[in-house]
Amino acid sequence: MPLLAVNGLRTFFHTRDGILRAVDGVSFTVERGATLGIVGESGSGKSVTCYSLMGLVPQSPGRIESGSAVFDGIDLLHCPPRTARSIYGKRIAMIFQDPMTSLNPYLRIGDQLIEPLLIHEQISTSAARARGRAMLEAVGIPEAGARMDRYPHEFSGGMRQRVMIAMALITRPELLIADEPTTALDVTVQAQILELIKRFQRELGMAVIFITHDLAVVSGLCDRVLVMYAGRVVEAANVRTIFQQPRHPYTRALQRAIPATQPKGAELYTIPGLPLDLSQPFLGCPFAPRCEFAVDRCRREEPRLQEVAPDQSSACLRAQAGEI
Amino acid sequence: MSDPILELKNVRTHFAVHRGFGRMRAAGFVKAVDGVSLVVERGEVLGLVGESGCGKSTLARTILQLVPATEGTIVLEGRNLTAASAPEVTAARRRLQMVFQDPYASLNPRMTVFAALAEPMLVHRVCAPAAVPAQVAELMQRVGLAPRLLQKYPHEFSGGQRQRIAVARALALRPTIIVADEPVSALDVSVQAQILNLLSQLVREMNLTLIFIAHDLSVVKHISDRVAVMYLGKIVELGRATDVIERPRHPYTQALVSAIPRTDPDAERFRQRIVLAGDPPSPLHPPAGCAFHPRCPFAQEKCRLAVPALAPLADSREVACIRVEEI
Repeated sequence: MPLLAVNGLRTFFHTRDGILRAVDGVSFTVERGATLGIVGESGSGKSVTCYSLMGLVPQSPGRIESGSAVFDGIDLLHCPPRTARSIYGKRIAMIFQDPMTSLNPYLRIGDQLIEPLLIHEQISTSAARARGRAMLEAVGIPEAGARMDRYPHEFSGGMRQRVMIAMALITRPELLIADEPTTALDVTVQAQILELIKRFQRELGMAVIFITHDLAVVSGLCDRVLVMYAGRVVEAANVRTIFQQPRHPYTRALQRAIPATQPKGAELYTIPGLPLDLSQPFLGCPFAPRCEFAVDRCRREEPRLQEVAPDQSSACLRAQAGEI
Repeated sequence: MSDPILELKNVRTHFAVHRGFGRMRAAGFVKAVDGVSLVVERGEVLGLVGESGCGKSTLARTILQLVPATEGTIVLEGRNLTAASAPEVTAARRRLQMVFQDPYASLNPRMTVFAALAEPMLVHRVCAPAAVPAQVAELMQRVGLAPRLLQKYPHEFSGGQRQRIAVARALALRPTIIVADEPVSALDVSVQAQILNLLSQLVREMNLTLIFIAHDLSVVKHISDRVAVMYLGKIVELGRATDVIERPRHPYTQALVSAIPRTDPDAERFRQRIVLAGDPPSPLHPPAGCAFHPRCPFAQEKCRLAVPALAPLADSREVACIRVEEI
């Protein structure tokens, strides 16, 4: 049984301009100890998917319309709030993109760090502080004892992200959701943080969902990758397959647009047009208006995610028919 | 055949830091740019890379005279800008334009696109006022936007379109040099590709010189002829883009290149990555000697003693490391 099984998740936002279908029928599973990458551009629904799992979607205007997310036998979307709260921050932890806005500027690092322990475990404050200090040392913060009494603004961006990771991992979660944790950081610091996440994953045996817009970050870290577009999963496969034999035109286009994969100076492939306005109803495949392979059928029939090769699914009608 | 269009000689930009309220005496100096010498050739694309706080944006602003240089000279087409009078600097700005990182912040939300593009032309009297509308329409086409969008306001455009407008505005005065400060960092991958294509096409067609600042090495390698790598206010390596990024010689460049995630999952898994310890040091208290020595895997005692100068190597590249021949 997988650690987490998400099925048919739909999260809509009811705005004055209409219903925005931010996540529209997303299904995936995460095995224990595995790493899943969720890749997509802004507005593809990758973050809202994970916010939905964590109960972080603001109810009104947001609403989880349907679907289930079963974590170790418990449906997070339909269980009593008490049950969900005993899981969030304890068995599932999350780290965010911007470590400055996700730490409380008024609280000392040490107090924020041990909060999950005090909430979820029967532990004395002094024992919690000892574990907090050990955790700060483990994520590579020098002089951890003295740093416990500092405030977030006294840390650099990389250090703050380490504190966030320490806070997320202090309860030894089974699943870590990382929402673009390195996007705001420099490349050398990004490398440090990625190594840190990998090391803890090995040591704690936890599963990781890694959300990013950067295909390259995914390649070294993840076992499986989901590519999202317009609130749907358009391709799912293991990481090698995604890079070597992508079977959805959007995945291909995304790769051809990265300078690193192209010969120097060559004109980069650009995807014509703009992403769909998700608050307007549309027919057929959401990528069809921008797709170089689109035929009439793509504009009429809605594609579903289907297996096109062993362990590879694509939501492209023409890939499913073996035409591309 | 060398045709330098811009020459920087030992440029330093320091900012005074005041401690406490109302104190006039500086408590120290942030040496954001600390002794940069650089020659930019006409028609080339020079990439400027480095991490946050290395001084690359301050260098760009110093070149444009948006912040005054503390020391050193900046010579544009034979004219010394650091010693020039205010009208001369204004005249030079026509030749030297900038594109900023954030297309949401760099356009005035209350001006239509037409007003934003026409303003610099009217201020600098590029052409007769009657000819401005035609010029603006031509600019729009050049950056790939339909002239019918001219009466719209910035909020009606996507991020990529706004960056196109920002590029058009930089081109309005027909400059010879464009300084682009992280022009694609705020954009999605597919939009980033469009702006990169647009910039390289403009450089080719209009014979522009482009100084391209970014922290993403793969983007810089793609677009640049030469690359300068900055660390703590100084250039530590300078050379042809492919040389510097495929065969880096300075230990800092090596670490930077090794930190780029690759797009090949197999190579990525078995690769030894140089992971630098710690954060870049504060430019308020730079380490003695080579500024990189506290994080450098090759540092020795002598690295702490003297600041290494940028010295030429065989393949028309310059490196500021005293151990470069040994490592």
